Amino acid sequence: MEEQLLQQIVNGLLIGFMYSLIAIGLTLIWGVMNIVNFAHGDMLMIGMFTSFWLFTLYGVDPLFSIPVCFVLLFVMGTLIYRFIVSKVMKGPMLAQVVVTFGVSIFLSNLAVYFWTPDFRLLPPTMLDGTWEIGDIILSIPKVVASIGSVIVSLCIFFYLKKTKTGKAILATEMDRESALLMGINTDRINSLSFGIGSALVGAAGGFLSTYYYIYPQVGGLFGTISFCVVALGGFGSIEGAFIAGILVGLTQTLGGYFFDPSYKYAIVFGIYLITIWIRPQGLLGW
Amino acid sequence: MASKHFVRIVLSLLLVLVFSFPVYAQQKVIKIGAVYPLTGNIASTGLDCRRGVDLAVDIINGKYDLDLPLAKTEGIPNLGGAKLEIVYADTKGDPKNGMSEAERLVSQEKVVAMIGAYQSSVTKTASQATERLKIPYVCSDSSSPTLTERNFKYFFRVSPHDDIFAKDQFNFLKDLEKKTGKKINTVALLYENTEFGSNVGKSEEKYAKEFGYKVVANVTYAANATDVASEVGTIVKSKPDVVMHASYITDAILFTKTFKEMNFVPKGFLTMAGYIEPGYLPAVKADGNFFIVRSTFALDLAKKKPLVGKVNALFKKKYGMDMSENAARSFMAPFVLADALNRAKSTDAEAVVKALLETNIPGNQVIYPWKGIKFDPKSHQNIYAQGTLVQILPGSQQEYVTVWPFDSAAKNVVWPFPNWKGRK
Repeated sequence: MEEQLLQQIVNGLLIGFMYSLIAIGLTLIWGVMNIVNFAHGDMLMIGMFTSFWLFTLYGVDPLFSIPVCFVLLFVMGTLIYRFIVSKVMKGPMLAQVVVTFGVSIFLSNLAVYFWTPDFRLLPPTMLDGTWEIGDIILSIPKVVASIGSVIVSLCIFFYLKKTKTGKAILATEMDRESALLMGINTDRINSLSFGIGSALVGAAGGFLSTYYYIYPQVGGLFGTISFCVVALGGFGSIEGAFIAGILVGLTQTLGGYFFDPSYKYAIVFGIYLITIWIRPQGLLGW
Repeated sequence: MASKHFVRIVLSLLLVLVFSFPVYAQQKVIKIGAVYPLTGNIASTGLDCRRGVDLAVDIINGKYDLDLPLAKTEGIPNLGGAKLEIVYADTKGDPKNGMSEAERLVSQEKVVAMIGAYQSSVTKTASQATERLKIPYVCSDSSSPTLTERNFKYFFRVSPHDDIFAKDQFNFLKDLEKKTGKKINTVALLYENTEFGSNVGKSEEKYAKEFGYKVVANVTYAANATDVASEVGTIVKSKPDVVMHASYITDAILFTKTFKEMNFVPKGFLTMAGYIEPGYLPAVKADGNFFIVRSTFALDLAKKKPLVGKVNALFKKKYGMDMSENAARSFMAPFVLADALNRAKSTDAEAVVKALLETNIPGNQVIYPWKGIKFDPKSHQNIYAQGTLVQILPGSQQEYVTVWPFDSAAKNVVWPFPNWKGRK
């Protein structure tokens, strides 16, 4: 009983760190541009497939494909912004909402077309097996993915707080008009944040591919949960998304463990509803 | 000049005659509608079903030395040797399309009967349409018990349903206790929360009580979950002897990985559906070993039933692969229909329904380990339909091997479930 509880806390943390990394990318795009990237889950899927194919075709271990996923998704995100999203930024609100939705449908169907709807799993790679600490069982790929998620999150956090470009992104996020007046090229910042946001989810896909099955619709529920994480943490707040991700992970496993597993997502979304009722701007939003 | 003209006319007339002759001599064709998911998420499954149906029609229309209904004659003898023609329609796996496509097949293609649609939810709507249009529907590939609980007049099911499968699992446990002399006390029920899983859960709960097993955990979950640690945790905590799992494919993969990760080793896993989908083993590979799955068909039946081997040889010749569970299930419906059409001596719906009710195909004429095919007069469920249990076993080639009923078993069941660690 006792060890199962500890085990569940550990499992909650492990999935929570993953949610955090996925959500940080989303919150960045959301915060800076005020648009919801519905294609976020599908970008996760592209990241996972990138890692899968690099391993299957060239034998590259997923651990080393993560930088590739990061760069590839950065380029893809920038292109999607340049050629699709930026065109509707000045258009009506509804067009902005719908455009990323279209990208989402396009990406997942493209994946079905190229790679069939089959399910794939990476065979045991460098990271495989489990560690046992007392009675607690730790899956090595999940632990590595969690550590990776923390490292990437910290990097992006310091990039935003310490560098000039990072500060410009944060400034645009807080007040676009003033940032523009201060001489910040907000269009460039938009493109950059869309790129970084996509790159982050690409890296998350790389990590996730080490232990999760891969198929064209895999982004669906991860996408929905990351919307919830972002709103819970506060729109545009990196720290908020990080903490909320862990919170959602823990709620999901412990809620499922103490009550009924069939209610676990209901509990997660219930807590989210209560939070935004008390604090509409989210935990760390402003 | 005139004679030249005459020759031309005669020649062209001859030409017309030559070309029209085969058409003239051709037999009458009986159109049967088939609704299957031919595109979309489970297109590969739909295609698999279609292979089974196409082979069955080849056998009915041609002359084959097989012990199957109407195999030895060409076409339907009592209808002047009329050939069957299957008109396929794509449901895309959506119940809405199932209904509209069934309506279209009846009204525009003028089909006289319907088969399909693999997914129970789609079969449900498609058969509602045919019931309204008074067209016989013979289903041999959907397993939701509710389909034959509606007491439809025109709907017949050849294959076993989930309630039968659930009962089989408990019969297996009882047989196993007798065989090993060791008592099994507790079961944990684990099932996905849509129509399929929750109905299975209900049946299993009912039979657990009836057979005297204690249900120590009753866990439902959403099949598209991102993580199932808490589900597995709940089950581990309840320390069951046996886990019964009704799943689709994604969750089967996720649970297999999580069971292994948490090193959970009950005495056995009795599973349904997801674990026998063609995509399961390629994804989990050796981790799928020793799971026991319900099934209606396995190639190793050929050892006890030569017909299975012969049919599989034909299948392999036509498609270059072995017959799968899905293809084998869909294979039987055209035979049942052809047999009824032959006895009805008519394509009239009422006559066909009457003939279907009188169906009595003996066990040696089906490719499953059943006593035959005979429909219940009220529910129209095949009363002889029975499931088998297959176990995934390693070997030169990882395969599904029949392990129960013990008298049709190809190999002895591996029980208890071997520890995850120390496997080769």
